[in-house]
Amino acid sequence: MTTVVSAAEEFVPPSAPDFWQPLVGDGAFAITRSMIVMVLVTIGLAVVMMLATRRLSVVPGRGQYRLEGVYGLVRNSIGRDIIGSDHFRPYVPLLFTLFTLILLNNLMAIIPVVQFPTTSRISFPIAFALGVYVVYLVAGVRRRGLGGFLKNLVPSGLPFWVVPVVFILELVTFLITRPVTLALRLFGNMFAGHILLLLFAVGGEFLLLNGDGLLKLVSIPAFFMFFLFSAFEILIAFLQAYVFILLASVYIAEVYADDH
Amino acid sequence: MGAIDNAADVLAAESGEGGFWEDAYPVIPHPGELIVGIISFAILYFLYKRFVVPRLEAMLAERQRTIEGGIERAEAMQAEAKAALEQYRAQLAEARNEAAQIRDQARAEGQQILEELRVQAQEESARIVARGEEQIAAARQQVINELRGQVGGLAVELAGRVVGESLADEARRQGTVDRFLDQLDELAAGTPDGRSGSTVSGGTR
Repeated sequence: MTTVVSAAEEFVPPSAPDFWQPLVGDGAFAITRSMIVMVLVTIGLAVVMMLATRRLSVVPGRGQYRLEGVYGLVRNSIGRDIIGSDHFRPYVPLLFTLFTLILLNNLMAIIPVVQFPTTSRISFPIAFALGVYVVYLVAGVRRRGLGGFLKNLVPSGLPFWVVPVVFILELVTFLITRPVTLALRLFGNMFAGHILLLLFAVGGEFLLLNGDGLLKLVSIPAFFMFFLFSAFEILIAFLQAYVFILLASVYIAEVYADDH
Repeated sequence: MGAIDNAADVLAAESGEGGFWEDAYPVIPHPGELIVGIISFAILYFLYKRFVVPRLEAMLAERQRTIEGGIERAEAMQAEAKAALEQYRAQLAEARNEAAQIRDQARAEGQQILEELRVQAQEESARIVARGEEQIAAARQQVINELRGQVGGLAVELAGRVVGESLADEARRQGTVDRFLDQLDELAAGTPDGRSGSTVSGGTR
């Protein structure tokens, strides 16, 4: 940042260090802002869900109707339709946990006061992806045994010299690519979205405070874009939570697919 | 170098390791956050698996049962109603049948009674007629017997007076009377019924 302008007028664009917000302590085990948000979201979700499901009736009230809407989306539209009606039931808790937890953490990007998407810290998407990873690996090995599981990676009917190549590729896909992309996709979307919001907010602020003359007016479209992208972030928050459990279901469903 | 950069350097120097995490690539997971993330996820998953999802599933199953039960009940009621209707129809048909039977029987009985009455009446009338005829016949016999004596006497007396002769000879007189009476008998035998008799009497007059 070797510039000739004075410190007061220098614009610092938002970047990765803005996501590092330790509140207590420092280093690898510092308590960070995103940790607090994560814990609060988890507690809030646990309390709301426990209370909401305490007295369910066959004829739903308004609150229960909404809860059932979300649950039905996860259970039927994703779990049952993708994994299949014979095997989806054990995975409904996982999918429902992932969807609600990811959605709420994503939405924290635009919830006033918090305005920080927990999922833009890669640790959390990794934690979620790890859960899916363990579940689909365990399910796969349990269904076919380790040998059958490995054998099932390669589609039948290939020429023998292709088999090792395909096997390596499939193994890498299964063990590395899928969990990594699952985590990175969520992280990347939320990270980029937050950077964008930060840019419009900080840039607009800078223009308003330090802009010369008419340049101050440019802050108006900047703030407008901030609101526009805040609304857009709601869509992204839903979409990414949806995509995450959609892919998790696809990976689990493959365990039960009889043909490769 | 600006004041901010200096401040950042000082901060980084003071915090030591914190400098690494501040400048670390955002794809490097922070261990503390990772642990918190896994624990939060695990706790929530446990709660969902143990309570939330089973409760929701129980409710959905209950709802399905209720709906299916309702349908079953409705079907049962419909079947019952159908059975009752069939029964009523059968009963109605039976009742109609029975009524027709009773009607037929009554008609037959009436006919029979009528027939019996008619036969009885005919018998009665026949008997009455027969008795009347007997009486008439008896009365006529009686009249004939009475008349036979009187007419004989009267005729003899009349004849005696008309002729003026005294028939001393008893036997001869007897023979003439008998002959006359026989002629009367023959007349009567030729026309036994009352009508002919009246004709005879008319003819005689």
